[in-house]
Amino acid sequence: MSAATTTAKPPVTAPPPSVRLPRALPPAALAVALLVCLGAAWTAAVLWRAAPADGAWSWALRTVAVAGGLGALTVLKPAGQAVRAAARARGAAVDRSRLAEARAEAADARESAWVTVGASAAVLLLTSLTLFLLANDHAVQATFFSPGAIASSTADVTRAFGTNVFIAVAAEVLVLVWGLLLAVAKLAPGRAGRPLRLLATAYIDVFRAVPSIVVIYLIGFGLPLAEIPGLSALTPTWAAVLALTLTYGAYVAEVYRSGIDSIHWSQTAAARSLGLSHSRTLRHVVVPQAVRRVVPPLLNDFIGLQKDTALVTVIGTIDAFNQARIYASNDFNLSSVTVVAALFVVITIPQTRLADRLLARSGTASKGD
Amino acid sequence: MAFLEIDGIRKSYGAHEVLRGLDLTVDRHQVVTLIGASGCGKSTLLRCVNALETIDAGRIVLDGDPVSGRGVDVDRLRRDVGIVFQHYNLFPHMDVLHNITLAPTVLGVLDEEEAEDRATELLRRIGLADKAKALPDRLSGGQQQRVAIVRALAMRPRLLLLDEITSALDPELVAEVLNIVRDLAEDGMTMLLATHEMGFAKEVAHRVCFLHQGAVLEQGPPEQVFGDPREERTKAFLRRIVEAGRL
Repeated sequence: MSAATTTAKPPVTAPPPSVRLPRALPPAALAVALLVCLGAAWTAAVLWRAAPADGAWSWALRTVAVAGGLGALTVLKPAGQAVRAAARARGAAVDRSRLAEARAEAADARESAWVTVGASAAVLLLTSLTLFLLANDHAVQATFFSPGAIASSTADVTRAFGTNVFIAVAAEVLVLVWGLLLAVAKLAPGRAGRPLRLLATAYIDVFRAVPSIVVIYLIGFGLPLAEIPGLSALTPTWAAVLALTLTYGAYVAEVYRSGIDSIHWSQTAAARSLGLSHSRTLRHVVVPQAVRRVVPPLLNDFIGLQKDTALVTVIGTIDAFNQARIYASNDFNLSSVTVVAALFVVITIPQTRLADRLLARSGTASKGD
Repeated sequence: MAFLEIDGIRKSYGAHEVLRGLDLTVDRHQVVTLIGASGCGKSTLLRCVNALETIDAGRIVLDGDPVSGRGVDVDRLRRDVGIVFQHYNLFPHMDVLHNITLAPTVLGVLDEEEAEDRATELLRRIGLADKAKALPDRLSGGQQQRVAIVRALAMRPRLLLLDEITSALDPELVAEVLNIVRDLAEDGMTMLLATHEMGFAKEVAHRVCFLHQGAVLEQGPPEQVFGDPREERTKAFLRRIVEAGRL
């Protein structure tokens, strides 16, 4: 730019108003939707033919085939909307006075196209899963989802699942106490507290490192050898409770400790300044506040603990998984194991949702701190 | 002999020496105000008196009893020396009443009923009797700070330390807190307070101490320190306060 032009004000120009029209996206989305629908229809046909000639199971499979096939067609709806909105956008774009309308239609077209793509991906996933179950003369379905084997094993497996629930609840109660003791020991103050701190740290390091299946093994087979009155007479179930308490106590201690650390030191200062000792400050001021904050991560650890109850199989406890294995080896069919999976899913999902909600709530609450 | 004697105390955080041989005395029923720029050691001094910080050298004597150094029962000392913080530091998980009764009941000074009676009486006096069952976060900053003062008073301390208790408050809430301190001064409470409220310091203090670089540079009656400061540093500090419209 020359020196002469800098004295004059630059001319005020706005870029010409424009609409970004979706060109390839809506037709592409429509093509994807059509392909997915074809795939779904073919899969539905395979499923229909795989169904046995008659009986309740046949009806169930055929209903699934028809419902799935028709359900897949729903991806065509947003695809059609995308194509139509794109056409309307092109029509409006030529007229300068209808620019706002053109932009809105263009945005609608894009959004509908992406909805189509997302829904198509979901349909594709379900189709693939169905084909996987049906592959090789529906071998996977017959082995893991045999209705007969599920029906015959469910009652006993569910009953044995009571053992898993018992072990989990008993261990969780003990873990809450043991973890807190470890956390407080790890925070023991001053020079006098140093041995306790080191001990707690070593314990937590070791038990977080050793797989819980190994701890269950060691407790289940090691304790009886020691012939300690009381302890060595533990039933396998209680041995499992003890083993899981030892392992998860270490995890939960760290959860507690992070919660205690998250309480601002000014709370401790305020409590100490009133004459409360270290332990009374922990008990009345710090720990009650910390516990509220660690409930969501605590729930996550508990979900892990519940799943690990299936490991007690290795010391001969008849839990749901062990019961399922007995059925599996008698029937040469793994459907009983699927029942175990379903039972765990049923009790775990409400807890994960609860943990999520608590986490969301504590997130909004801590913003006010 | 003075009620509180501070002799040449020193305190460092790492290489940074905050208190550099500070001397100060407070007589019974006296109100002593600490003024000075941020970082001059006011808060650290108060925290040392309450034993929330250990000191590196010097000594602190309360009512003839040396209370600094090894082996002192700090929990016992803190019953006699209350402190109120800038950010109130109420316990958020307890209602107002429980905040006040916690220390007396846990330490076995009062049983639950006596503690609640005393707390209710104190709350009534500061006009917050209706907030007894409220959680701290439902209160305004001024109300929280008033509760914090009452919480410190519930242990009937013989010395009250106030660490910039109005600094975190919105301006319109400052008066309600200062009124309580004024009442306490009239009742004869011995107080050592750090403040940026120069007008208030002038009015309520028996003696004003200007702290500079971890030591008392100048002290005297408020009329003298504010009206006719001797030290150049004091003059410069007060000039800046006036410029900021705070005096």
